[in-house]
Amino acid sequence: MNAVGRIKPNARPFYQKYSADGLKEALRKMYLIRRFEEGAEEAYMRGLIHGTMHLSIGQEGSAVGATMGLRTSDYITSTHRGHGHCIGKGADPKLMFAEFFGKEEGYCRGRGGSMHIADVATGNLGANGIVGGGLPIAVGAALAIRKQKRDDVAMCFFGDGASNEGAFHEALNMAAVWKLPVVFVCENNKYGMSVSTERSMAVANVADRAAAYGMPGVIADGNCIADVEEAVADAIARARRGEGPALVECKTYRTRGHSRSDRNRYRTKEEIEEWKARDPIPLFETELMAHGLATGAEVNAIRESAEAEIAAGIEFARLGTDPNPAEVTRDVYSDGAA
Amino acid sequence: MRELTYAQAIQEALAQAMDADPAVFLMGEDIGVYGGAFQVTGDLVHRYGEDRVMDAPISELGQAGVAVGAALAGCRPVLEFQFSDFATLAMEQIVNQAAKLRFMLGGKVNVPLVMRFPAGSGTGAAAQHSQSLEAWLAHVPGLKVVQPSTPADAKGMLLAAIDDPDPVMVFEHKLLYKMRGEVPEEPYRIPIGKAHVARGGRDVTVVATSIMVHKSLEAAQILAAEGIDAEVIDLRTLRPIDTATIIDSVKKTTRLACVYEGVKTLGIGAEISARIAESEAFDYLDAPILRLGGAESPIPYNPELEKAAVPQAPGIVEGLRNLVKGRL
Ligand SMILES: Cc1ncc(C[n+]2csc(CCOP(=O)(O)OP(=O)(O)O)c2C)c(N)n1
Ligand SMILES: [Mg+2]
Repeated sequence: MNAVGRIKPNARPFYQKYSADGLKEALRKMYLIRRFEEGAEEAYMRGLIHGTMHLSIGQEGSAVGATMGLRTSDYITSTHRGHGHCIGKGADPKLMFAEFFGKEEGYCRGRGGSMHIADVATGNLGANGIVGGGLPIAVGAALAIRKQKRDDVAMCFFGDGASNEGAFHEALNMAAVWKLPVVFVCENNKYGMSVSTERSMAVANVADRAAAYGMPGVIADGNCIADVEEAVADAIARARRGEGPALVECKTYRTRGHSRSDRNRYRTKEEIEEWKARDPIPLFETELMAHGLATGAEVNAIRESAEAEIAAGIEFARLGTDPNPAEVTRDVYSDGAA
Repeated sequence: MRELTYAQAIQEALAQAMDADPAVFLMGEDIGVYGGAFQVTGDLVHRYGEDRVMDAPISELGQAGVAVGAALAGCRPVLEFQFSDFATLAMEQIVNQAAKLRFMLGGKVNVPLVMRFPAGSGTGAAAQHSQSLEAWLAHVPGLKVVQPSTPADAKGMLLAAIDDPDPVMVFEHKLLYKMRGEVPEEPYRIPIGKAHVARGGRDVTVVATSIMVHKSLEAAQILAAEGIDAEVIDLRTLRPIDTATIIDSVKKTTRLACVYEGVKTLGIGAEISARIAESEAFDYLDAPILRLGGAESPIPYNPELEKAAVPQAPGIVEGLRNLVKGRL
């Protein structure tokens, strides 16, 4: 910041566009995601929740950077690694925890768990257990947006691995030929489970695939929230103007295993350490402080407030209501009939 | 005899098949260095190399089609689906191609492939990773569908499946992978299409599949203490069904129950019931037929709901007791 408290004009657009409060809110969301997942992981290890979960620790920059420019009325479709997208779009972590604990208060009333979390009220049409499952759904949501003459967009998150599914190619083609307002956000974390992108694709970048469908494909540093936000902002603006879809590839990394049962046999400790050194949260904090947009004390306060919210969320979830096993067929149909 | 887990028994069958025939190869997602999502392939990639234990991109439809093409051209592919639920992505190649090519081409080709499907609920993986879709595939002429329930059957039926000239779909219940049992070391085959009487009994015939065989045996043991003697038949193969074994049993016991994890309606129990109703065993029946199957819902995440969604031993005990006591 300069002497009159304004951001320097040579700062990148991301820092010009948002207020200091807006940027601090973004940092808080990154912390919420990080602590949410750490809390969920711990609850799982202590046997408080079951099933499996896919942590996005290390990918918070792309989740928050991509969703910052969205409105509540915009949609997202998410993935099995979707906690960050969910919080980014505005979900309440305590209701997410309630879902993890299988409670009626949870976003899916305990029926869905981590892999199916959705918050329709904030435009999150859902995580997905099927790799690539959300891609055509986002195209459909965008089709509805256009039929209803809204200027909203549908943002579709997917992984590098998902871009090898037929659904990816079919979805991109339809979005492009119909010029629909879809923003395809690929979180390329270098692996689809254990298989590296080198072993599963013959092109270097997922963004290269966009050319085959006649849409822009751009690459962003997924661990740099500013880079993600700026690339996605262009794609969102284009989509809102009715100019059709675009693909943004965020190069990032998950520092945890694929899921709870991963033994990390397919990658090296060195690689994991290299990426940990580029943790998106401290990277963002450093930039915020360098621009004079936040002090060290403010950053600490943000982290602590996120921690307190997460601790309260876990408590809320533990005290939730267990579903009644006699109601196992509830909500299969809208009228309750089986 | 030596004991193996169900997963180890499958791995041994895969290794013995690759040793015996260079045309056999494995393909799937994360079956190489990762060892498979359920550690079935384990370290096979280190023993047989990446050419025979192939990690494929996440492209289920493509993988299924590649298996069909390789089988047509002289290989014997064994394709692992990471979860049976993902068969839905590959349905086109399984149902329209693998199942029908031999017939459509007037018997001039055969499609000797095997697809392995980790199936079933009980792991907290919720609605898209817990289904029992075996009846879907068993509906398709041209496919064979098996559901081994023990480590010994898992090995013997997989070797029979790999030998088979036609496409064989093998459904493996995820909760069985860690089950231990005696498994002969040498290669052996357990014929596809033969049911197995897992427990002899006089009062009621229970036809069960996969993990429900074990739950039914547990129920039978409890009922034995009450003087009810249940015969438990492990169906083992859904297509072709061994109707004769079931008919013989029902003629003896005069009562029939079907226990399976797939959704009850239009499931394997409907087919077995119909076959008995159509057969000479019908006249021997002393009670209505009982079906115990999965709830009419997707599999829920919450662990108590998840249990409630599929048959459990106490419910089987109650159902069989009512059936035998004439309370149905
Ligand atoms: C259709 C389908 N195939 C396979 C899986 C199993 N699976 C879940 S996540 C995953 C890897 C996905 O990789 P990517 O798209 O890169 O996302 P990431 O996990 O890296 O976030 C696999 C193979 C699945 N859930 N759905
Ligand atoms: Mg990935």
